Amino acid sequence: MTDRNGIVRSRLHAGDVLRTATVGLRTRKMRAALSALGITIGIASLVAVLGLSDSSRSDLLTQLDRLGTNLLVVQAGTGIGLGNAELPDTAAVMVERIGPVEDVAAVGSVDANVYRSDLVPSTRSGGISVSAVDTNLLDTLEGTVAEGRFLDEASAAYPTVVLGSIAAERLGIATIADGQLVWLGDQWFAVIGILDPLELAGSLDRSAIVGAGAAEDYLGFDGVASSLYVRTHPDWVDGVMGVLPATVNPENPDQVEVSRPTDALEARAAAESAFTALFLGLGVVALIVGGVGIANVMVISVLERRSEIGLRRALGATRRHVALQFLLEALMLALAGGLGGVLLGVGVTAGYSALRGWDVLIPTVAWTGGLAAALVIGAVAGLYPAMRAARLSPTEALRTT
Amino acid sequence: MTAPEAVLDLRGVTKEYPGTPPVRALRGIDLTIRSGELVGVVGPSGSGKSTLLHVMGTLDRPTAGDVHVAGYDISRLSDRDLSAVRARNIGFVFQQFHLLDGYTALDNVADGLLYTGMSAADRRDLAADTLGRVGLAHRVTHATSKLSGGERQRVAVARAVLGRPAIVLADEPTGNLDSTSSDAIVELLEELNAEGITLVVITHNPEIAARFPRQVSLLDGLVESDSAAAGVGR
Ligand SMILES: Nc1ncnc2c1ncn2[C@@H]1O[C@H](COP(=O)(O)OP(=O)(O)O)[C@@H](O)[C@H]1O
Ligand SMILES: [Mg+2]
Repeated sequence: MTDRNGIVRSRLHAGDVLRTATVGLRTRKMRAALSALGITIGIASLVAVLGLSDSSRSDLLTQLDRLGTNLLVVQAGTGIGLGNAELPDTAAVMVERIGPVEDVAAVGSVDANVYRSDLVPSTRSGGISVSAVDTNLLDTLEGTVAEGRFLDEASAAYPTVVLGSIAAERLGIATIADGQLVWLGDQWFAVIGILDPLELAGSLDRSAIVGAGAAEDYLGFDGVASSLYVRTHPDWVDGVMGVLPATVNPENPDQVEVSRPTDALEARAAAESAFTALFLGLGVVALIVGGVGIANVMVISVLERRSEIGLRRALGATRRHVALQFLLEALMLALAGGLGGVLLGVGVTAGYSALRGWDVLIPTVAWTGGLAAALVIGAVAGLYPAMRAARLSPTEALRTT
Repeated sequence: MTAPEAVLDLRGVTKEYPGTPPVRALRGIDLTIRSGELVGVVGPSGSGKSTLLHVMGTLDRPTAGDVHVAGYDISRLSDRDLSAVRARNIGFVFQQFHLLDGYTALDNVADGLLYTGMSAADRRDLAADTLGRVGLAHRVTHATSKLSGGERQRVAVARAVLGRPAIVLADEPTGNLDSTSSDAIVELLEELNAEGITLVVITHNPEIAARFPRQVSLLDGLVESDSAAAGVGR
């Protein structure tokens, strides 16, 4: 390319542009690594926060999906002046008559203690309650058995017990092999199963669960339910919630509490997005600090490499060549930091997700956005140092004093 | 016999550095350098030698006067054009070598034509030849930081002459060298001149200048004497 004076312009091949832009990185590796670190941390936290919140949210949503949001819990109100309220005897039967109700399982509380053996002093109850339940309880709760099996029509009539996960742990029972027995209300009960944690009925995790029939025959249970677990048709959840109090207790509907346990999980999902926003903000701050770090290092680099700039001008570099060299160097620093950050962020997400048993889910926007942010920051951080380098006159740059 | 063409022509060149009072580093220089010459510019410290070299090399513009380099009137050229002129027509050698340490001798020499658009492969071929020419064939792949001062300056000279520019300007090329290396560099410059390279060598050492066919002595920004003016006319 020649201009009007017939001068062949200075030219730098693309490969040489890259080579000149990496001079600083290659000759000062440690400094380059340290100055890219800020960006690495910033991008890593962005990727990890987005990855972790997506992974955990997707886990919550799968959980919600599996558990279903159509489970309702009916309990006797425990407000002031209500005493130790119980649900009316007829509650379960009345609820079953509501059209969209698909399943009802009653749980009553039994006044008895549970021990590993009959030798443990009775003062050490271990905080385990005894619940008398219907045999369809586990299905209604979408719960699962860790060991053995749940109560059925036959076993519910005999002194057999299924332990909630925490109850089993407190009793020190990990397996039901060898005819495991527990001392329950002055009598041996055979342990036939241990449950997995029940996400929708946490209180039952601390319970020794016996059949309602066995509870009446052996433990003096009066047959009155303290809570009902109600599965409704998914489209009618709100409607059923509305009619439940009056159905359960027509005289005092306000003494009946109806709740939806999945609400808590949904609230957790919402709370986590609030946290995500907070951490994203922190990540952005880290990125900006990283950008300032790069700008700072580049300004120092321009001062230190004055004579190199002078030499390049003497060799025929234009101001633009010099500016490009330093701008590209800043971009590469930021990009290297960004790539490191993406790898680190993915690693943290994968590691933590593995620990929590979540599926690893890293949104594309996390790493593409992270790299794009790194490039933008590199460009902004490199602009001022590059301009300074380009503005330096050749003689100023070559001056040795 | 007609005189060879002028590669460098200064007419009434002055250079003032701003300040209070302003420093008048060049106070009206007339100087012509013809193709094939080897000129020693000598003068005490502060006499304006480096300033003169910068103006001759288009690294700086004069405050007043005309500068023609390789046929171009530099007052008519943009900063970008001047860069292009330096890339193809002017070679520099500095007292501080100005090598990129961490790179090999070969890469440093090849950078002499970095901004001309010549391909990297061609530059490196040419650089290997030129390193052989300055007696460093055995140092091609050495990092310049591992070389002695004399060797480093040879690398810098090779870089300056790589593209056989119209003129090579050397500012105190022996200033950082012991006397043995210094002699060797001066001999190298003489040999290169014998091969047709036009050279201006700035030195504060009159003994070195005395070895060159033409000496220009500078004092307080003025040409005090020019051995060419005394003999054959321009
Ligand atoms: N950038 C500058 N700004 C101000 N004064 C300068 C600058 N460069 C050189 N000078 C002054 O100009 C004069 C000539 O300097 P210089 O050309 O470096 O001389 P020499 O190379 O012969 O020692 C000196 O007085 C020096 O202090
Ligand atoms: Mg000087």
